[in-house]
Amino acid sequence: MTTIRLSVPETADRGEIIELRAMIQHEMESGFRFGSRGEMIPQDIITKFECFYNGTLVFSSDFHPGVAANPILKFYARANESGSFEFVWTDQNGQSWSDSAQIEVS
Amino acid sequence: MMKTQSPLLSRRTMLRLGAVSVSMLMIPRIAAATEDEMNEAINAMFGDRVITEGRVNVDLPPIAENGFSVPIDIFIDSPMTEDDYVKQIVVFSPRNPLPVLAQYHLTPMSGRADVSARIRLGGTQSIRVIAEMNDGTLWSGAKQTLVTLAACVID
Amino acid sequence: MRLLAACFLFVGAACSPQTTQREPDFPIEASLRVSGSSFLTPETVAQQNDDFENPGYLWVERGADLFEQGETSCEGCHKNGLEGVATHYPAFDTGTQTLVNLEGRINLCRTRHQGLTALPYESDQLLSLTAFVAEQSRGLPISVEVTPQTQSAFESGGAYFMTRRGQLNLACTQCHDDNWGKQLRGDTISQGHSNGFPAYRFEWEDFGSLHRRLHDCDTGVRAEPMELGSQTYIDLEFYLAVRASGLELESPGIRR
Ligand code: HEC
Ligand code: HEC
Repeated sequence: MTTIRLSVPETADRGEIIELRAMIQHEMESGFRFGSRGEMIPQDIITKFECFYNGTLVFSSDFHPGVAANPILKFYARANESGSFEFVWTDQNGQSWSDSAQIEVS
Repeated sequence: MMKTQSPLLSRRTMLRLGAVSVSMLMIPRIAAATEDEMNEAINAMFGDRVITEGRVNVDLPPIAENGFSVPIDIFIDSPMTEDDYVKQIVVFSPRNPLPVLAQYHLTPMSGRADVSARIRLGGTQSIRVIAEMNDGTLWSGAKQTLVTLAACVID
Repeated sequence: MRLLAACFLFVGAACSPQTTQREPDFPIEASLRVSGSSFLTPETVAQQNDDFENPGYLWVERGADLFEQGETSCEGCHKNGLEGVATHYPAFDTGTQTLVNLEGRINLCRTRHQGLTALPYESDQLLSLTAFVAEQSRGLPISVEVTPQTQSAFESGGAYFMTRRGQLNLACTQCHDDNWGKQLRGDTISQGHSNGFPAYRFEWEDFGSLHRRLHDCDTGVRAEPMELGSQTYIDLEFYLAVRASGLELESPGIRR
């Protein structure tokens, strides 16, 4: 089970620049750690994060092993219309997780 | 709060604590990247294009709690309009196993070129951030952070 | 310096409510007791106090979901929430005549009231439920007292704390009573309180129970650690809870 937490303002004025925050539960196993028997623990990381605003990609990120576990991001977007922000994380094997939040723009 | 009346460590205990720190630090070392490797990575991504220092503000705590989750904030001076915006931000390390830590892709819809995240740092180092504008110009900023080791690194 | 300490004592005595039961004596006097968070950087304390930035809330949130799930949900019997409950744990369970910690209590509710099996210690589900219950006492002072029923647990927990062990032959008390505030290879030794747990530790890059932390300290002195959830660690947890009484519960705490 993977928990996602989002922080998106419920309302905004048209044209306002709003703060978005997103966090996902993931160990971001770097591939550079050793287990108790000295064996290398294989890499298992999220490689891509995308944020869509009413279907349009407004922000994305490529994660590498240098991104801390349970990755969190804070970034901004211009609120132009009511609708939804969708956040999508995809791991190195193509598995993905997503969640969305609504915003009312007036 | 300061401790006021602690008995000083006896020499014997001190030695023992010394032993703890050493034994607790038996994490096999991975070859870390070097300044040169970082520069190679920058070169691989941006070729021999001119990189100008400025416009990129990197914020890291002067002393990190440890290297596992260090808060970083990157702010770039840009109007973020259709005609003038930050397209890409890349975070480089001269000391982690891999020189590229993260990349962020922005659009005029971002409104503000400001990203905060948490990164892993394999030791004290100066993190370099390069921003690519929509007109193709490259800008950079850097910030040094001191990474103290955790005493009890177990398993 | 003496004077400062004396002032603290005075203020502490003036502010603390009168307790009827005489508090057991601990090497660190009550007025000098401080949470592990006072040895963290301001950035980390701010992260702990921010309900979004604090990764421990990933587990709290999952716990909230689990709390509502199933036909006989936890929620069904605990409609008014469980505020303040975690401050009294570990506590004596009359049904089994044993001392149980919060994890144990939650598992008792599963077996006794829900007809479910106990969740494995340190499983993500048990950690999440524990975090969800503990968070409802965030900011409230820990309040655990020794009673005739818990006297023997307190004594055995205290004995564990005072006994040297491991290849390094060190007792908990030597680090956490005698040397707190001192540096141990880039880390500052705290007083070893339990009030932040379950907590997110950077070093684990994960959320974990107090017992996992105790396991780390035992391993650190090259001693054979106890089983997580074992009676030995529950007794030790009880001693730590009495010792930490008065400190605010900080779970989900963030620690190095
Ligand atoms: C060699 C010194 C040493 C010994 C011995 C030791 N610890 Fe620790 N302990 C540490 C260090 C270092 C930390 C991490 C920093 C700190 O103190 O919070 C720690 C952390 C803790 C914490 C977490 C405190 C917090 O706020 O996060 C607890 C609880 C704890 N120890 C209990 C114990 C118990 C119980 C024992 C005995 C079984 C013990 N320790 C033995 C060094 C020690
Ligand atoms: C069918 C009713 C029922 C269900 C379902 C139930 N509990 Fe309980 N719970 C009780 C009762 C009754 C007590 C009082 C102790 C006892 O008799 O077991 C209690 C006690 C507790 C306590 C300790 C309260 C205190 O003041 O010490 C906690 C914490 C708790 N439950 C958590 C949970 C969680 C978490 C779940 C779901 C996993 C759950 N309970 C499911 C009935 C229930």
